Amino acid sequence: MAAATVLNGNAPSADWPGRYHHVDQILDKPGPRTDPSFLAGPGVKEFLRDQCKILVIGAGGLGCEILANLALSGFKDIHVIDMDTIDISNLNRQFLFRPKDVGKPKAIVAAEFIMSRVPGVTVTPYYGKIQDKDDDYYMQFNLVICGLDSVEARRWINATLVNLVDPENPESLKPLIDGGTEGFKGQARVILPTITSCYECSLDMLNKPTAFPICTIANTPRLPEHCIEWASVLEWPRVQGDKKLDTDNPEHIQWLYQVASARAKEFKIEGVTWSLTQGVVKNIIPAIASTNAIIAASCCNEAFKIATSSSAYLNNYFMLIGTDGVYSFTFEHQKRDDCPVCGGESLDITISREWTVDRLIEMLVERQDIQVKKPSLSSGGKQIYFQAPPQLEEATRPNLEKKVLELVEDGGDITVTATTLPFNLTLRVKYT
Amino acid sequence: MIKIWSMKKNEDAAAKKKPKTSAAQIRVQKDLTELDLPSTMKTHFPDPADLLNFTLTITPDEGMYKGGAFVFSFVINANYPHEPPKVKCIPTIYHPNVDLEGNVCLNILREDWKPVLNLNSVMVGLQYLFLEPNADDPLNKEAAEELRRNREQFIYNVKSAMRGGNIKGVQYDRVLV
Ligand SMILES: [Zn+2]
Repeated sequence: MAAATVLNGNAPSADWPGRYHHVDQILDKPGPRTDPSFLAGPGVKEFLRDQCKILVIGAGGLGCEILANLALSGFKDIHVIDMDTIDISNLNRQFLFRPKDVGKPKAIVAAEFIMSRVPGVTVTPYYGKIQDKDDDYYMQFNLVICGLDSVEARRWINATLVNLVDPENPESLKPLIDGGTEGFKGQARVILPTITSCYECSLDMLNKPTAFPICTIANTPRLPEHCIEWASVLEWPRVQGDKKLDTDNPEHIQWLYQVASARAKEFKIEGVTWSLTQGVVKNIIPAIASTNAIIAASCCNEAFKIATSSSAYLNNYFMLIGTDGVYSFTFEHQKRDDCPVCGGESLDITISREWTVDRLIEMLVERQDIQVKKPSLSSGGKQIYFQAPPQLEEATRPNLEKKVLELVEDGGDITVTATTLPFNLTLRVKYT
Repeated sequence: MIKIWSMKKNEDAAAKKKPKTSAAQIRVQKDLTELDLPSTMKTHFPDPADLLNFTLTITPDEGMYKGGAFVFSFVINANYPHEPPKVKCIPTIYHPNVDLEGNVCLNILREDWKPVLNLNSVMVGLQYLFLEPNADDPLNKEAAEELRRNREQFIYNVKSAMRGGNIKGVQYDRVLV
């Protein structure tokens, strides 16, 4: 262990002869489906091992597998972000963690483990939220892999990487490889921001968390889950008033557990336990180590293929369904024109510093290439002018007389929506 | 690395950078400014700058709830439209699908919510509850039973509750316009 750690600080010497013998079979000569730009030999190896910087988001079930796979396939500059600490229940599948690590940050323990086991690899951890980091941080990577269980975090990183794309700068386009699992099911996908369908484009394909009809949980509970939902959705707000339910607070879970148990007893339902209560309110989906391994492996193969151009990469959605035999399916998920993140159009406009909002709207309506009727405008989440509802129209009407310059800075964006637009339109404003 | 940029050159439209406005914000803007509400429904924003918290008042012009004004609170979170808006009925009303805490039994608010639905769909769904109260999905069991057993008595109770009456020991809020 100690020797390996020493080697770690000294990357070149860590590459003993034959270390990458197997991987090099792929990198030393082109195959029938390799990209024409593939440069077999030292160039691609040097890029992979000395230049390529990859970010792994999430150091949980998928993240542990992803980190190990990347390190063993030759990526040497790996960064990892995770905001969680290690819980004893993680140890059955998050194999970079040991009982002594319980309570410590996942990102830091995972990074140390990989570095001590795979000489020459640097894993830089960040214990915190992805939202703590700015565009400059994400700009430094060549590739991003996500192994997350939160829809919200995925939507955030997806939007951030789409926003990062700068038409003047090829380096700003960061491929995003997204893995996800749910029990025996999983998916891996390659998102080329602004080019292929993005995470937001496929939002309506997601399995939504199981929600039971509220009248069922109120009147005719049959399952232990109905009793738990009754406790959390109906009883908590009724009894606790405005106090917010914190699903990470064991006392809150305990309260729900007791209330749900009493209800279950009344209706002669069995199976309400503390852990089921926690599972239902936190919407915990059973995680299966082998599904994580399959999906993580698939994500890392894509990262390797994209980083080296050695083979055709996934276009663009791989689905694994292991609940009823084994079924897998790969298809090209289509980009949506009305996607609020990558869809819609963007237009650079240059207007006079004297122009009022009213004048700008008039211009939008007149322009043949936009074809917009009754547009509503906002900038950075602030309303500029809304056509409806009546109260907001009235509240924003005084802005019509104001100069655009007073509301939007030079180079700023305006989000335009209208019934006639299936999507939204973004205006980038410059003043003369 | 694969040469992604060259693929980009072939794309004509979507080649431009997008704004910092979140997807949820854009959706809410689109949903709100494209609301197509009949005169029986009105939104109110306590803080017009905050699009994520507002109320909807429904004043049915037909059916047994005619003459009442029913106020609902809407709370939209950052995960909209993946998650539905949270809707509650503010006054205590006598309705088979609304409980005394203001919870509403409307399928698209929970089990049947989809991101393709919007605020307009939810509002229209709520209005429908006043035209066709549904005894099969009860949240107020007393009211549902009454509706099933004796429609005349149910309508009488609705009118009385709307005036601020007391039905079977429950005090309802006066909601007459
Ligand atoms: Zn998209």
